[in-house]
Amino acid sequence: MASTETTNASKTIIALGLEGSANKLGIGIVKHIYPNGIPSTDTGLHPEFIELANVRDTYNPPAGEGFLPRDVAAHHRALINPLLKQAFAEAKITPKHIDCICYTKGPGMGAPLQSVALAARTLSQLWNVPLVGVNHCVGHIEMGRAITGADDPVVLYVSGGNTQVIAYSQQTYRIFGETLDIAIGNCLDRFARVLKLPNEPNPGYNIEQCAKRGTKFIELPYTVKGMDVSFSGILSFIEKLAKTESDKYSAEDLCYSLQETMFAMLVEITERAMAHIGSSEVLVVGGVGCNERLQEMMGQMAKERGGTIFATDMRYCIDNGIMIAQAGALAFARGFTTPIEESWITQRFRTDQVHVKWRI
Amino acid sequence: MSVQELIKQGAEARVYKSVVDGKLVVAKQRFSKAYRHPELDQKLTRGRLNQEARSLRRCKECGIRVPEVVRQDKYGATLYMEYIEGLTLKEWIIGNGDEAKEKELMSTVGKILHIMHSNNIVHGDLTTSNMIIDESNEVVLIDFGLSQISPSVEDKAVDLYVLERAFISTHPNSERLFSAVLESYGTSAAAQTVLRRLEDVRQRGRKRDMTG
Repeated sequence: MASTETTNASKTIIALGLEGSANKLGIGIVKHIYPNGIPSTDTGLHPEFIELANVRDTYNPPAGEGFLPRDVAAHHRALINPLLKQAFAEAKITPKHIDCICYTKGPGMGAPLQSVALAARTLSQLWNVPLVGVNHCVGHIEMGRAITGADDPVVLYVSGGNTQVIAYSQQTYRIFGETLDIAIGNCLDRFARVLKLPNEPNPGYNIEQCAKRGTKFIELPYTVKGMDVSFSGILSFIEKLAKTESDKYSAEDLCYSLQETMFAMLVEITERAMAHIGSSEVLVVGGVGCNERLQEMMGQMAKERGGTIFATDMRYCIDNGIMIAQAGALAFARGFTTPIEESWITQRFRTDQVHVKWRI
Repeated sequence: MSVQELIKQGAEARVYKSVVDGKLVVAKQRFSKAYRHPELDQKLTRGRLNQEARSLRRCKECGIRVPEVVRQDKYGATLYMEYIEGLTLKEWIIGNGDEAKEKELMSTVGKILHIMHSNNIVHGDLTTSNMIIDESNEVVLIDFGLSQISPSVEDKAVDLYVLERAFISTHPNSERLFSAVLESYGTSAAAQTVLRRLEDVRQRGRKRDMTG
């Protein structure tokens, strides 16, 4: 092949992604194709995206209990080998096809993160493949963009540990609004525990089902500060109602009112960010983003503004491995790798600390 | 009343330029949100209309420059206020190249916030878009829809935190601007207490970044 042609030759990146920052262990394999090679740095990357595998296993504690880091880490350690085998069988490839191993560097719970990073380091040395440390939140954003095709949306990232309104500018995902105390998913999970709702498939899903049967709206504290929200006051208020006045308020009405109030707060700050930035697209990511009522409310807001909502289903909303592979493969295409001596993990890793080299 | 001209469509209100009794005014009309439960929607719309008018009056009594309330229309969910000509602080910062002038303006902002908080007025949505530099170079605070009257140190600290975050997200590499605001804010003992609490609020911010 002539040397002039090699620069324009098709380039393929196959990335393995390992995620285990909370109670889900996810393994994904993604294939990115650049038909004309990887474009120069003055262009954003928009590779053709092919999902080769996306497998997951969730650790669920008994109803009424939360998950402890050491139990979650034990779950991840026990299942990472079988899950890896499953992923490769699904993808119909062998480890020698892998170009990079992407793992979650943070944020998340220390012990589970550590156990997955250890597996990533081991595989990296075993197969002689470079590592790519990925920010979990950026993983969610990139997966949402890839699946929905939303190019430059305002992102609402809602999960068990995070509540953020994010928008991209100057190679950074900037946080415009966030929770001042606990995350929305944490609030929902904790209330599910008070009601002793089961933890399968997840507490938030069971609250959602319970809320569908609610009819009476109970007034709860509503706390919005600019583009930030606070949920701790609502949680203690509604916990008290559920514990001391359960004869007066049904679980269904409590779940219904809790969702209506908290989601209205989220839609409000998202809309404020959209008005502030002048954007009409919104992308909802993270585990709570699966909630159909939240998607419906966000959709109504977007429609009133003449905008569009983008959301994904449980395969991609809830923590998964392919989102780590997706964000990692983009960074890798821009030359980013994580040397083994820097392949540590961190419980605190803010979304805006990542240099988003693959966008312009 | 003459024809109204829409000047801004915000997240929850439309802002029109209009004329009342021969005076140029802005009419801020709150609209109902279909996504919200009707009871919650009504509570928020009414509550914020009232609170905005109340806080504006209180600011004026304390000598803080804000748009004067002209009329409050409860049924139309509309607040009529004095029209302020000028640039938003955001526009001003982007257009300004003079660092000394910038520092001076930031100290003015700090002083105003200090007076506001000393009078237990918490703005609730401090951003560089919610401050106008009028024609006589005075800083005018606007948009009190999320305000509250509160003596709480926590509420005041969060008020500053919201502004700090607005600076960071809207004006990259502008740490010196917010520092200048805090410097002139924190001259009294009460203000020092708020600043110490601000530290706690920031810490909470870092800690809350936990599991995915």
